[in-house]
Amino acid sequence: MIFNRVKCLSVAVFSLLLMLFSNVAFANDEHAGEEKPKVFDANKVIFGHVLDAHEFHFFDYTDSEGHLHPVTIPLPVILYSKERGWDVFMSSKLEHGHAVYNGYKIDDEKIYAVNEAGAIDESVKVYDLSITRNVAQMLLAIIVLVSILISAANKYKKGIGRTTAPKGFQNALETVILFIRDEVAKPNLGSKYERYLPFLLSVFFFILINNIFGMIPGAANVSGNIVFTAVLGIISMLVINFSGNKHYWGHIFNPPVPGGVKAILVPVEILSIFTKPFSLIVRLFANILAGHIIIICLISLIFIFGNFGSAAGFGFAPVSIAFTIFIYMIEILVAFIQAYIFTNLTAVFLGGAIEEHHHHEDEHAHH
Amino acid sequence: MKLLTPDLGLFVWMLVAFSVVLVILAKFAWKPIVGALKERETGIADSLAQAEKVKAEMAQLQSDNEALLQKAQEERAQLLKEARDARDKMINEAKEQAKIEANKIIAEAQAAIQHQKNAAMTDVKNQVGNLVIEVATKVLGRELTNAGEQERFIQDLTKDIKLN
Repeated sequence: MIFNRVKCLSVAVFSLLLMLFSNVAFANDEHAGEEKPKVFDANKVIFGHVLDAHEFHFFDYTDSEGHLHPVTIPLPVILYSKERGWDVFMSSKLEHGHAVYNGYKIDDEKIYAVNEAGAIDESVKVYDLSITRNVAQMLLAIIVLVSILISAANKYKKGIGRTTAPKGFQNALETVILFIRDEVAKPNLGSKYERYLPFLLSVFFFILINNIFGMIPGAANVSGNIVFTAVLGIISMLVINFSGNKHYWGHIFNPPVPGGVKAILVPVEILSIFTKPFSLIVRLFANILAGHIIIICLISLIFIFGNFGSAAGFGFAPVSIAFTIFIYMIEILVAFIQAYIFTNLTAVFLGGAIEEHHHHEDEHAHH
Repeated sequence: MKLLTPDLGLFVWMLVAFSVVLVILAKFAWKPIVGALKERETGIADSLAQAEKVKAEMAQLQSDNEALLQKAQEERAQLLKEARDARDKMINEAKEQAKIEANKIIAEAQAAIQHQKNAAMTDVKNQVGNLVIEVATKVLGRELTNAGEQERFIQDLTKDIKLN
């Protein structure tokens, strides 16, 4: 109960903070570019929030001389090109596109090689392996996740939870682990569940921790990035297909249907190898991205109204914040649900691939 | 759309990071945790099965005890019955024996009495004979003078002779 209230409160506070930060940024922007009529650009804010970036950008402020200073945490930029080899430097060196460093410049979060004259050199193909904010946040999430789980594992090794009752956070963790084992792995994978349980658990917790980290205001949208979901989807696809037994492949290349239908069904079955993980990729990506966009949109609404006058902006703020809190709660739920759905569907597809004595009807009943 | 175009750098980092996480978690987290959970569950299941077994054993023991008690009671009843029978039999036998013995003694006594009676009769007969001879001798010896006196004398003599 208290925990819920604290969570509620923290969400509200974070939302307010986010609003304040944005407020500062936009207010200062107005002063900075006085020659152009300044209106709130929701599109830029929204995409600036959900897309990847080379730095953690919090807000901008303008000094007394009217210079705009973005407040950011710079991150390392790692570049490789055949012509120039490796280059590693902090993203602050590029000054948000205002400066050229080491023959590189950044424009709209893409890094280009530039020649002596300062023009973009198209002949140099730059591979950008930077620790972007998504990568940085993911690494942070991994460190947190691994330390939590290993400390729990050490407790079990010591015998707490093994011969005695589990304590504290172990209980929460155990509930989730047992849920994945008993409700996801066992029903779908049958007797062979133990082999795939570590994979399923890792996928679940990895998605969950990144979903939760993404919920922190100002944090990057890691699990709502197509690359994040794509990597997990591809790994799931590899696991499913490498585990696939004779029956699974037989079902794909020689489905139990008459010859004429076979010609239609075989391509469909082959396509299904890819569509299954694709559905996983898009589902997770779209759900998390949508949640982030809705929240940033609701906050942006305040400033869109603010464009009509500060009274409208302040007047709409309580409505917007109420909606934001509501959606925020739903997004916390979605963070768990999507992690579960990804894991469960992976288990379902895996179950279909490793099932031994399945009949045609059974397979459909299972799916 | 920048939203849908995958970024190479993120892809590479993601792939490496997730693979490492998978390996680390599988080895250092899931193995001990899942192992411990399984161990605990089997431990609990074993304990429950053990308790059930012990309970069944207890019930078995109790029913055994009851059966034993029942049997003992039956045996006691049997023993008592046998003892009673034996006692009755012994008494009957003793009675029978006593009766036979008594009959035998009575028969013997009767035989002895008969024998003695016979002997006495014989004795009496002998003595009567002797007396007769004696009387006859005496009678013959006094030279019977008159018929009256002789007659009285015989009367006197016979008066004395009493067959007990």
